[in-house]
Amino acid sequence: MPASRGREPADVVLRVDHVTKRFGGLVAVDDVSFDVRRGEIFALIGPNGAGKTTLFNGITGIFPPTSGSVVFQEREITGAKPHQVAALGIARTFQNIRLFEYMSALDNVRLGQHCRMHAKLWDSLFKTPAERREEQEVTERAMELLKFVDIERYTHTYARNLPYGSQRRLEIARALATRPSLLLLDEPAAGFTPQEKVELMGLVHKIVENGITIFLIEHDMRVVMGVCDRIVVLDHGEKIAEGTPEQVRSDQRVIEAYLGKQH
Amino acid sequence: MSAIRQFWRTGPRRDPNTIAYIVLIVCGALLPAFLQVFLSGTSTFWLTVFGDMGVYILLAIGLNVVVGLAGLLDLGYAAFFAIGAYTYAMLASEHGVVTPLHQAIHVPFWIVLLVAMFVAASFGVILGAPTLRLRGDYLAIVTLGFGEIVPRVFKNAAVWTSGANGVSALDIPSLPAWIQGPWSGDPFAIVQDFKILAPLAYYVIMFILLILCVILVRNLHRSRLGRAWMAVREDEVAAAAMGVNTVATKLYAFAIGAAFSGFAGTYYAAKLSLVSPENFGFSVSITILVMVVLGGMGNIPGVITGSIVIYSVIFILLPQLPDYATGLVQSVGLSGLTQSSGDYPGIGEFISRLKFLVFGLILVVTMLLRPQGLLPSRQREQELTKGVHEDTTIVDVTAETA
Repeated sequence: MPASRGREPADVVLRVDHVTKRFGGLVAVDDVSFDVRRGEIFALIGPNGAGKTTLFNGITGIFPPTSGSVVFQEREITGAKPHQVAALGIARTFQNIRLFEYMSALDNVRLGQHCRMHAKLWDSLFKTPAERREEQEVTERAMELLKFVDIERYTHTYARNLPYGSQRRLEIARALATRPSLLLLDEPAAGFTPQEKVELMGLVHKIVENGITIFLIEHDMRVVMGVCDRIVVLDHGEKIAEGTPEQVRSDQRVIEAYLGKQH
Repeated sequence: MSAIRQFWRTGPRRDPNTIAYIVLIVCGALLPAFLQVFLSGTSTFWLTVFGDMGVYILLAIGLNVVVGLAGLLDLGYAAFFAIGAYTYAMLASEHGVVTPLHQAIHVPFWIVLLVAMFVAASFGVILGAPTLRLRGDYLAIVTLGFGEIVPRVFKNAAVWTSGANGVSALDIPSLPAWIQGPWSGDPFAIVQDFKILAPLAYYVIMFILLILCVILVRNLHRSRLGRAWMAVREDEVAAAAMGVNTVATKLYAFAIGAAFSGFAGTYYAAKLSLVSPENFGFSVSITILVMVVLGGMGNIPGVITGSIVIYSVIFILLPQLPDYATGLVQSVGLSGLTQSSGDYPGIGEFISRLKFLVFGLILVVTMLLRPQGLLPSRQREQELTKGVHEDTTIVDVTAETA
């Protein structure tokens, strides 16, 4: 069932509340607040060095925020460990692809299901029937996901040997394998041709139709304008605008800070 | 027909490991008979040698879990070996009488085996919990320290361990039942409460235990945990973001590796009937590491092959090298070389002094010729040939179950 769009603001999946991240004297993210609503495609944009990835790392527990809080589905996840965040239902991809290069595409996606598996040490050691069944299911689901992102022809290829675009898709499949309710995509279209960008946005829509909320970082404003429901604009770590693509496009501060040089 | 074709396509030809396993099992099973037939005079001696080799194979399989699968460099692996051996010494000998307990403890071998695995694994966790947050080189130094401390503790806690003298006269393990037959020079019979004394019995039991261990480690490698180890080895941040508890995953590797070492230690102590702090030094840790790396990190048949080769070089080839050299020199009519003169000690002694130079040379040459190891895992091979085989696909390990 496709997720309904434009629900009430109360249906918040992720609340970023006055989050600040300092690295020594440098303020990478400065008192940023916004809500991501269930079932929408939400974008975080901004020029290079605006603090977008830092904010992602703050949400996923890789570098916990210095102050402020992150609430996911009414649970405080500020300072939670990355694997706990993943288990709660936030999956992510990385700006500079971080696949397990020397594992097959299939194994990458199977690994993604790690936190949804139940096999204990004992089961693994003795290959109990339950373990075999689970492995079988995990393999089948991995194949489905590879098909979903349209790279099933690379099932048994080492991740590092995949073409660039397929690596980005594999990363998405691996993230989907964790059964997230919120998927963070860090510049999923970086380095793509216009044609590939169109295909990727098609994939993003397919994911949203499966009831997963999308929160993506994008550098190229034209890409996000077409697909996103709402956008937050970051510049020098500060939030300078929030709203629909139309609102953001006409915002004077955004034009100055982000598009200024083009005009 | 199609089954045969399927086997041919996906079987040994595609998977060198299958061939390696078959060769290893056949050779291992036939070895006692071979020794009986061709070296009947010294077959007992050789069976002892190969039985001891099994201990090192066991150690290498365990260290492979830590180093090869999880990618954690452990330079103090012999510490767990010592812990296993001393566990047996404490729990299965008269030694308890001279300790503050004043009471001898005689726990059966098979129970101590499990206890020792548990004790060693616990120490693995105790060492690992605070240190596994460290990466690479730092972890190596910490484990190196642990490897130095443990034998020293056993040496200095003399009240409990008799210090440098070690503990001797450990209990002889026994089996509830055993099949005797012409192969051990006895009439065919099933004996009860069989004392494991003969080298053949040790060899056979070691062989069976090794097969069991290989099956268990192989299962682990192809499981949820095995995948997590590989992922953590490749990219910890990505693994954590995908829901892998990296600290727990590494602790499992450490504990399982330590359990193997404890297991090997108990077996070793029982076979030797003696433990001494001298047997568990740094050189033991390094020897096992060399076996793993030279054999092919991460690949079980490779690691076994590596252990067999290194053990043979260190404990069979090198000790006999001086005799070989003397014999060779004499046979080509240069017996003058066997005499010492001035600073020259004679060929035998001369070669004997060069033993470890020869060993070092063998290691250097092997690693130069085959940096990926004798029988590498496909993964490791790929890592070393970055960019050479761009289109390599690998065989799906679950295809057989699917």
